[in-house]
Amino acid sequence: MGGAEEFVAAAVRTGTPLALAALGETVVERAGVINIGLEGIILAGAFGGLLASASGSATGFAGAALAGVAVAALFALFAVTMRADQIITGVAVNLLVVGLTGTLYRGIYGATGAALTITTTGTLPIPLLSRIPLLGPALFDQAPPTYLVYCVAPLLAWWLYRTLPGLAHRAVGERPDAARAAGASPARVRWGAILVGGAMGGIAGGMLVLSQAGTFAEGMSAGRGFIAIAIVALGRWHPFGVLAAALLFGAASALQFLFQAMGWTLPYQLFLALPYVLTLLALAGLAGRRAAAPAALGQP
Amino acid sequence: MSWLRRVATVALVSLLALALLWLALRLAGLDATRALAALWDGSFGNGYALTSATLVRATPLILTGLAVAIAFRAGVWNIGAEGQLLVGAATAAAVGLLATPLLGAFAAAAALAAGALAGAAWAWIAAYLRNRFGVLEVISTIMLNFVALYAVGYLVRGPLQEPMHIYPQSVPLPEPARLPRMIEGSRLHWGFALALLAAPAAWWVLRYTAAGFRVRAVGQNPSAARVAGMVDVRRTTMRVFLASGALAGLAGAIELTGVTFALYENVSPGYGYTAIAVALLAGLDPLGVLATGVFFGALEAGALAMQREAAVPSVVVNVVEALLVLLILAAARWRGGSAALARLAGGASGSAGGNGAAGPTATERAGGGAAGSTGAALGGPVSAASAEAAG
Repeated sequence: MGGAEEFVAAAVRTGTPLALAALGETVVERAGVINIGLEGIILAGAFGGLLASASGSATGFAGAALAGVAVAALFALFAVTMRADQIITGVAVNLLVVGLTGTLYRGIYGATGAALTITTTGTLPIPLLSRIPLLGPALFDQAPPTYLVYCVAPLLAWWLYRTLPGLAHRAVGERPDAARAAGASPARVRWGAILVGGAMGGIAGGMLVLSQAGTFAEGMSAGRGFIAIAIVALGRWHPFGVLAAALLFGAASALQFLFQAMGWTLPYQLFLALPYVLTLLALAGLAGRRAAAPAALGQP
Repeated sequence: MSWLRRVATVALVSLLALALLWLALRLAGLDATRALAALWDGSFGNGYALTSATLVRATPLILTGLAVAIAFRAGVWNIGAEGQLLVGAATAAAVGLLATPLLGAFAAAAALAAGALAGAAWAWIAAYLRNRFGVLEVISTIMLNFVALYAVGYLVRGPLQEPMHIYPQSVPLPEPARLPRMIEGSRLHWGFALALLAAPAAWWVLRYTAAGFRVRAVGQNPSAARVAGMVDVRRTTMRVFLASGALAGLAGAIELTGVTFALYENVSPGYGYTAIAVALLAGLDPLGVLATGVFFGALEAGALAMQREAAVPSVVVNVVEALLVLLILAAARWRGGSAALARLAGGASGSAGGNGAAGPTATERAGGGAAGSTGAALGGPVSAASAEAAG
């Protein structure tokens, strides 16, 4: 692969876990909940994926999803059932997962956390499509869960905008009282959204371990949960926008590899910061249409 | 009375969290009693541990805790204390490194002032975006945290990197730009005294001044404050943001001039995020922040000792902190608590008496009102979903 192909492939590779987590968060935020605990969910997913990977990567991903769902359930218990503040609950959940995974990892794998590697899933090239010049290998010669992301975005868009449950879901995110009056149960919708978001965030974390790094490191989510929240905002709370924004963030972080390969000395931190600045501008309506957050976002 | 009850709740919750820690360590087959003894020895056990570990750790936690507390009191969800702290630290480093020859003995004071100003300026961005464009500060402050982190990453690899260009960090500050020691032979610096002064000052302003009244009014019910005509909600929001950012920026400047002396990327181990727990545990009361800040400082200092002496990973302290927050949220939900706590736990906001155990209907009404005002602030029409529902 040439430099450009390598760059696009890297952008997709780093972008897809972000996209999966962000699509999950889109579901959550569309129901009027902002789950800062996504960072912890991804980390839990990575750790769960590692624990469950002993009997193959399929069970590894199941374990990752399960870990994500477990953390999400804790968040939902406080943020929905107890109507506690979502931000504070999310911060607490993040602290909890960082502490738990760090402690358990050292407890199980030794104090040094000695290098522990598992075989990664490898790539699964799609026949024909993967041979398209430039984009083919980048888009269609990736780890299997990548293709899941391609399917989730259109499915989610269809469900949110073309089905009755999707409408009720969005109504809960805009006007929970009105949604209740119309017969929907905001609490149930939000619980469901948070659990789905947890599963997707967990799988995203699992991808980091099972498809990419092949190992676990403490705090390896490295801010991806917060990045995903930025992506949701930049993607204007719409699945396709979110997918595109995730690829943009992926491209921004892939630039640093490109820079290193090319031997350029430009400060890549500027490019890493760029998507966040773009997100701020987009939210302010300075970069195209104003992004509209769900009206009840963050309200208990 | 409510003050007493809050202290009792926090004490009870802390004991419970520590008991859970002891149990978990036992179950993990570790020497739990020895670990907790090390936790005590490393935090309050002797004068050196108290001054050089606990209070040094507590200083940035108190200041960022205050930053979060006054913001949350005004309904400003500033979770950008981390970014404001980083910007404050970077600015203090720049001033200390570049301007010390000019400033001489005033270098440290100038570095602190510049750090506070920079923190306020960083917070101003989020305030402006909220007031002008209705951008939710929860999201914008997270973005700004990352921008600040990358800016520091750039500075320590670019303009402020040490002259050998090997390590991503600056050279240590020259002596005049460092904060003097408060106690000879310990690591405790005068920054702690500033934190010690800032808490009662914030308490007094909130409680006894017109500005403080406006902050509380806006926090409790922005619509009522606006309708009553005596409070300019936007201006109050802006000022709260600036004060909050200045406190966090000051925390960063103090950390740099008093503890690390050099700028590097991990200059803050997440103080700005822990600060949210510190402020919550204090019931958003500035004087309470003083106590909870020292408590969290002790936990983190003790955790390091626990790792050294009992081979218990220090990250376990994060679990304790998280448990504290969750237990406090649950306790506030369960039996009222102070008005601020009840509001945080999602209770009704109006009742100053602090009856957080309001029924679901009252809670929802309050929530609905708040949602309405957010919608208005966003300037957005009730978006597609409701329109489609109507159609």
